[in-house]
Amino acid sequence: MVWVNQDKCAIVGVGATDYYVRGHSHPRTINDMVGEAILKACDDAGISVKQIDGFAYYSGAQMGYGDKADTASLMEMLGIPEVTFSAALTSGGGGAAGAVGLATAAIMNGDATHVVTVMALQQYRQRLGTVFGASAPSPENSFLQPSGLVGPGHLMSVLARRHMHLYGTTRDAFAEIVISQRENAANREGAMRRTPLTKEEYFASPMLADPLCRLDFCLETDGAVAWVTTTTDRAKDLKQKPVLIHGAAHGGQREWGRAFAWMGMPDPHFGSSGHKPIGDRLWEMSGRKPADMDVALIYDHFSAMVLMQLEDYGFCEKGEGGPFVESGAIRYNGGSIPVNTHGGQLSEAYIIGATHTREAVEQLRGVATNQVNDAEFALVTGGPASLPVSGCILRRA
Amino acid sequence: MSIEYGEAQLLPGEKIAITTDTATEPFWKKAKERKLTACRCASCGHFRMPPTPYCPECQSREMSWPDLPGTATVFSFAICTRSPYSGEPLIYVPVVVDLDGAPGARLVSNLIGIKAEDVEIGMKVTVDWNPIQDDWLLPIFRPV
Repeated sequence: MVWVNQDKCAIVGVGATDYYVRGHSHPRTINDMVGEAILKACDDAGISVKQIDGFAYYSGAQMGYGDKADTASLMEMLGIPEVTFSAALTSGGGGAAGAVGLATAAIMNGDATHVVTVMALQQYRQRLGTVFGASAPSPENSFLQPSGLVGPGHLMSVLARRHMHLYGTTRDAFAEIVISQRENAANREGAMRRTPLTKEEYFASPMLADPLCRLDFCLETDGAVAWVTTTTDRAKDLKQKPVLIHGAAHGGQREWGRAFAWMGMPDPHFGSSGHKPIGDRLWEMSGRKPADMDVALIYDHFSAMVLMQLEDYGFCEKGEGGPFVESGAIRYNGGSIPVNTHGGQLSEAYIIGATHTREAVEQLRGVATNQVNDAEFALVTGGPASLPVSGCILRRA
Repeated sequence: MSIEYGEAQLLPGEKIAITTDTATEPFWKKAKERKLTACRCASCGHFRMPPTPYCPECQSREMSWPDLPGTATVFSFAICTRSPYSGEPLIYVPVVVDLDGAPGARLVSNLIGIKAEDVEIGMKVTVDWNPIQDDWLLPIFRPV
């Protein structure tokens, strides 16, 4: 059953600030960066910010942890006269790719005409990498925090270990993900880590939470990214070639649930990304299959979770992610499915998934730094994290 | 290419705090008596951890807190290299364990009394107790 809203809405503008090493965006404020990203996205689309009448956030409209975007404040700051839709996908970065579905819902329901999605991150008060260790223990995380699993990477190392145990996955696979993405960042303007990486250097990186070393952890950066969604019909009159929203899904199953904040997942969910139900829905609603994708922007907060998403989206069989990536399948040069052609969150910048949508737009406009030849379809994912996780398929107009 | 880490260390109890609510307090009160328990639905017998107000299987709010044998099986683990409190080098092993006598219930805990590089998925472990802030006892594990 093809999705009723397939290709009816489009991303028409995208904007981003420079990316900064964690804390280095100070003394800019987060609202300053959010404003820049939104104004640039409107300018890119060729619309006035005064035409924005909707906001479709993810991560509960939190900009990282502790900061929050507020629609009323943004209206006041940017001079937006009236808003007719304002909502957010719940939980965290898992909604990054599904927010275009929320924007589509707003537009196709007639609630709004030009919808902004924005994400920003500024880490000068609290590092995201140790966020759980720093928070006061709630009754719920009193069952987690005392173990010393202080941040998301420590939590996900336990999932990676289970995957290695069940399927024989080795660190060579994680190395290939990190090294291939670093190669993609080498010529990417503004990327944080651009120096090519050898396997020897990867294996010399200190272990933070064995089996994950420092290089398996994504960057800690500051910055903001925004994009504007409208109808495909309206997009025809705008400045850029539109990027069509071909499919979008968010959610997930109870067996994944709070995931690594819970650790109760049965096999095979434990050593997975929680994305299988999202992948299944995306392929069903779009009528497409993994082999139709020209490029995949896979949420890469930690290298091992890229591998598990490739399995859950069906680019390879469950448990085969290691040999699949080690075959060179995800390389920009010569791979069957180039992954994170911008360097991803491991090497370009980490703005809680928003950089992936930016890269998908550039690929499908044909202007990417590492342009995939004749790219028509891009898969974007958000999470793995506490539900909802999400994915979307974007299409060249 | 195995790394030699040495002995898995105990995390400093004086740095560890917990809080409780109505649903979780019975677990921690039993722990104070050095008894390991898990939340069991008094209606259908399904185990759930952490404790929550409703049974996810039958939606009952009735709970029971059976004494468990205190043994468990390592389901997965990590080897961490920096103190969560000071950032200084410290080898410790967070483990996810399947609790004997409570099918489906897991604890996220720590393993001590073993070299970190010798920890394996599937190994049998038994509960021990780490005194933490406010006179609570935190369940940890060591090899059987």
